[in-house]
Amino acid sequence: MALKSSPVVFDLVTRLTRRCFSTSKAVSSKLVTVRDALNQAIDEEMERDEKVFVMGEEVAQYDGAYKVTRGLWKKYGDKRVIDTPITEAGFAGIAVGAAFAGLKPICEFMTFNFSMQAIDHIINSAAKTFYMSAGTVPVPIVFRGPNGAAAGVAAQHSQCFGAWFMHCPGLKVVMPYSAEDAKGLLKAAIRDPDPVVVLENEMLYGVPFPMSDEALSKDFVLPIGKAKIERAGDHVTVVCAGRTTETALQAANELAGKGIECEVINLRSLRPLDFDTIAESVRKTHHLITVEQGWPNCGVGAEICARVMESASFFELDAPAWRVTGADVPMPYAAALEARALPAPHHVVAAAAAVLGNRISEAVN
Amino acid sequence: MGIMSKIIPSAAKLLATNTIPKSAVSIVPITAKYSTKNEATFEIKPYKLHKLEKGPATSATLTAEDAIKIYEKLAVLRRIETAAGNLYKEKIIRGFCHLYSGQEAVAVGMRTAMRDADSVITAYRCHGWTYLMGVSTVGVLAELTGRKSGCSRGKGGSMHLYGRNFYGGNGIVGAQVPLGAGVAFAHKYNGDGGVNFALYGDGAANQGQLYEAYNMAKLWNLPCVFVCENNGYGMGTSVDRSSASTEYYSRGDYIPGIWVDGMDVLATREATRFAIDYCTSGKGPLLMEMETYRYSGHSMSDPGTSYRTRDEVQEVRQTRDPITSFKEKIISNELATPDQLKEIDTRVRKEVEEATKIAKSDSEIDLEELSGDVYYNNLESEIRGVCPDTPLQHIEVVARN
Repeated sequence: MALKSSPVVFDLVTRLTRRCFSTSKAVSSKLVTVRDALNQAIDEEMERDEKVFVMGEEVAQYDGAYKVTRGLWKKYGDKRVIDTPITEAGFAGIAVGAAFAGLKPICEFMTFNFSMQAIDHIINSAAKTFYMSAGTVPVPIVFRGPNGAAAGVAAQHSQCFGAWFMHCPGLKVVMPYSAEDAKGLLKAAIRDPDPVVVLENEMLYGVPFPMSDEALSKDFVLPIGKAKIERAGDHVTVVCAGRTTETALQAANELAGKGIECEVINLRSLRPLDFDTIAESVRKTHHLITVEQGWPNCGVGAEICARVMESASFFELDAPAWRVTGADVPMPYAAALEARALPAPHHVVAAAAAVLGNRISEAVN
Repeated sequence: MGIMSKIIPSAAKLLATNTIPKSAVSIVPITAKYSTKNEATFEIKPYKLHKLEKGPATSATLTAEDAIKIYEKLAVLRRIETAAGNLYKEKIIRGFCHLYSGQEAVAVGMRTAMRDADSVITAYRCHGWTYLMGVSTVGVLAELTGRKSGCSRGKGGSMHLYGRNFYGGNGIVGAQVPLGAGVAFAHKYNGDGGVNFALYGDGAANQGQLYEAYNMAKLWNLPCVFVCENNGYGMGTSVDRSSASTEYYSRGDYIPGIWVDGMDVLATREATRFAIDYCTSGKGPLLMEMETYRYSGHSMSDPGTSYRTRDEVQEVRQTRDPITSFKEKIISNELATPDQLKEIDTRVRKEVEEATKIAKSDSEIDLEELSGDVYYNNLESEIRGVCPDTPLQHIEVVARN
């Protein structure tokens, strides 16, 4: 999809500024892309704390494969912005070892697909060590990079790792959507003394979002583990994270035109998962849909539904909860197939129709 | 397997006492009312060098004081492992238990040469190292029995012991090596002058992540010494069956390497001195292969006799035991007397016996610590337990800064 062409961006921006009433102080705001917000976050935290350094493929002299670390090598030099060879197991291990010894590494995976080569270090070396050492060896590391489907990159480069990482105790997992999310959550992650996985999205890097003065300040940090209500509504709770927030908001706009008001909850964090916010919303709407790009088996939505089943929220539901997910197939390359493999606004609209019991007859087609 | 393995016991004894006599002066030191000499010098078996012009010192001078210290450390390590083996047979230690008996000279010699700023990381054959890096015998044994006096409060077990500048204790074969390179990275980043020793076995020596670590360590000049403890077997697989090249000291390719007789505590000490000097003079990483032997199987679950003969094990015990040979050296060179060493043996045995008692009788941590210190900074009010209606509470056990 030609996200980067100007008419698309313009359209997106005008739609975004119209619907983003829930960001902080929209009165005085500046448009900042997610990429620049991430860059700001890393820059500010490196300035603030000498122990913070960045390591990954192309992060230094290339300015970052996706330009997220642009300008940082020029500013901080070889010592703190380090280009690695293409050896994920090795450099993730080195980054974790540096964290054992008290430094604060930001370990970039060019995409999280490559994190699988290093996953032993993320789970066994990073996530579990504080517990195994009975609290004597903290691991203040950040693993970050783009996650999930991009456009046309096919099966081996399109996997969403949200479910895999949120499965493991000892990790914290965040999935920012907007520029504000990106900056606030990445700063929080860098400051956090535990291992944090930051799942960004390549398709969002170039998208501009309004950022308030507060969000632009050097001390702007968002709490990990707290969701954000992007749009309030009374009829159906729609839970999403990362890029699917856009999908959900677009669907919500469409549904609003038909008299259905969605409450769109942007999780922001997958672990801890802010179930309280979901529960409070379900108490109001009595209907629930989750939206994710990852595969359905044991996914984010599966976890949310299980928690609903096991809590008082079950009794608040007037209908079963539905998950809208990526199709349970490896990602194909052909454009039409690829589009069919991922949730689009019309899928969310159809799910709302199903969950609300066909209150909108024309929604399903 | 090295030339020494074929030497008959009597000849071995002869070689072990090979010395170059030092000065004839014999001042009786105040502390050692038994020994008659201050120091002696010993020849070290030649090293093998890879991409190095000069290697470690081929003769070592040992003072009477150091001889005693080294002997005691060797004795403690042997005792701890013997105690652990017995505890395992009594089913008081569960799960995995990998014994270091036979390999003591590697750890003790290295530790003797290490400075305060240096750090160590190793794999799961780690009990001895844990002690050498400052954890008490109780701290080690009680961790193995899973009790609260264990250095990881019983939450880690035999493979997850940690100490000052000691990063475990690691369960995944080979993972500790890039981690060690990372600790070395931190030494360099902080400018603290320290060197990291990243130990691994012949089994781990073929792991891909080691080569990734070597590459980055060399590229970035990290003060990391990679130490291969080659005990001849990766679990049940002999080195000839696992490795296309068993010259582990050369496997670092562009990283210079040294083969060391790992059964000689003075060889390992001198090699480590050389390594520290090398790494702290900006030459980057170094690789050392210390040829050694383990008497036990891979772990307590492995009798260790299906892939090697009992004769082989016995032969090493009789001809190459690191403690026996060191003992003979220092006695015959009058750095210590048999009575002196007997005193140490008795004292060490008593200490380990008492530690064993505590390790057996101490209680486990309270159940509430199941959800203790999962995070340094916990963010959730509840942690899911086994059932939805029995949540756990995260608690902070260790004081936060």
